[in-house]
Amino acid sequence: MNWEVGSGLNIASVLIVVIVIAAMLIWVERRLLGFWQDRLGPNRVGPFGLLQVVADMIKIFTKEDWVPPFSDRFSFVLAPGIIMIVILMSFSVIPFAPGVGVINSNIAVLFVLAMASLGAYSVMLGGLSSNNKYALLGSLRAAAQMVSYEVFMGISLLGVVALAGSFNLREIVVAQENGWFIVPQFVGFVIFLIAGVAESHRLPFDIPEAEQEICAGYHTEYSGMKFGMFFVGEYLGLVLISSLITVLFFGGWHGPLLPPIVWFVIKAAIFIAFFILLRAAIPRPRYDQLMTYGWLFLLPLSLLNLLITGALILL
Amino acid sequence: MISLFYVAAIVAVIASMLVIIQVNVVHALIYLVLSLLAIAVVFFSLGAPFVAVLEAIVYAGAIMVLFLFVVMMLNLGHASRQQERVWLATSGWLLPSLLAGVLFWGVVSSLPSIDLSVSVIGAREVSIRLFGPYVLAVELASFLLLAGLVSAYHIAKR
Repeated sequence: MNWEVGSGLNIASVLIVVIVIAAMLIWVERRLLGFWQDRLGPNRVGPFGLLQVVADMIKIFTKEDWVPPFSDRFSFVLAPGIIMIVILMSFSVIPFAPGVGVINSNIAVLFVLAMASLGAYSVMLGGLSSNNKYALLGSLRAAAQMVSYEVFMGISLLGVVALAGSFNLREIVVAQENGWFIVPQFVGFVIFLIAGVAESHRLPFDIPEAEQEICAGYHTEYSGMKFGMFFVGEYLGLVLISSLITVLFFGGWHGPLLPPIVWFVIKAAIFIAFFILLRAAIPRPRYDQLMTYGWLFLLPLSLLNLLITGALILL
Repeated sequence: MISLFYVAAIVAVIASMLVIIQVNVVHALIYLVLSLLAIAVVFFSLGAPFVAVLEAIVYAGAIMVLFLFVVMMLNLGHASRQQERVWLATSGWLLPSLLAGVLFWGVVSSLPSIDLSVSVIGAREVSIRLFGPYVLAVELASFLLLAGLVSAYHIAKR
């Protein structure tokens, strides 16, 4: 196998930076939401409330880590680990800049999709093992939502793959040197964006954990760091989707003047902020509306997009 | 790569055995997912990364999710575990174990003669074959899927 694996330093720094950013997003999201909703947000701990994350971490690590006696212990403990592992594994194929990245793989796009589909087990097992009606309802919704939106997520990417002629994310970025794929693949971008929000089940598509209807959905029974892993896993998913959009549609590290890694961080940060704004701006749809919208609108649209892209490439 | 192959193969065999002897159906499904992922790694180590990742997406990621989805709605509790224990504790193990032992011996004894030299087959090669010599099989499979889709729609409508 001729696949280049990054150095140990490279792998360790990607891992640590990604986890720290995901943890910091807890504070960033609350401050930004506060800003957009005309209030302050957490600003007490440290300068601008920056140490809020540290305080939250100390709190969550010292909380009692309770496993309900009525739960299925094996899958209850396994579930929060799955989401962390599959999302961190997905980061291994993301090309952050030339020379920065864990592995240069020829099946990178498919690998990300495989890991996203395995992520569904986390919410399903979490809800099922909790032995709680709210949790079960939440994970039923999560399973249906994630399985449906995976389909269009995959198909919406195929236009980009066809244009670049490769499943390799690094080659996809190189292919965008003279023009970002957002221009020829705008429809694919919009579908991927919507499917990405649904896959990471954030508001407005946080139907599996809708507090107002079903407590906290699939993680109702979780406490302590197990809950923390679901929580950080959600932010990791947000960072992953933003990085993927940057890589697939916005030219990855390409940009004038500034060094490549800075461009990547800027583009990804814009999308993270956009997702947070989405949360502040759009109300949650009903569950059946979400499914109907997906299967009857997004699926035909993504198939049509793929068909037209393929026809134009052949011409 | 050969050591990766052996590790993944052993994981797949052990996980598949655990699937059979679990009394809790959710645990059995988790081990089945593990077994399928290990088989994906086996494909990868033999030089078929595209097939490996499709195995992970289709079997481990989609089909097993639907299995788990059905199990979630069945509400299998203590009674089903008891029943499973009764079913597992029979003398019916004898003949299948014997057969499995014979097969195992056959596989192990043929191991030294197998050529494990790896040549990587990527997505491009697989696609050229699929839409070249095997295009008829692809079309037949799509007929089958369409028939399945129509009948599922019909059943769900009643």
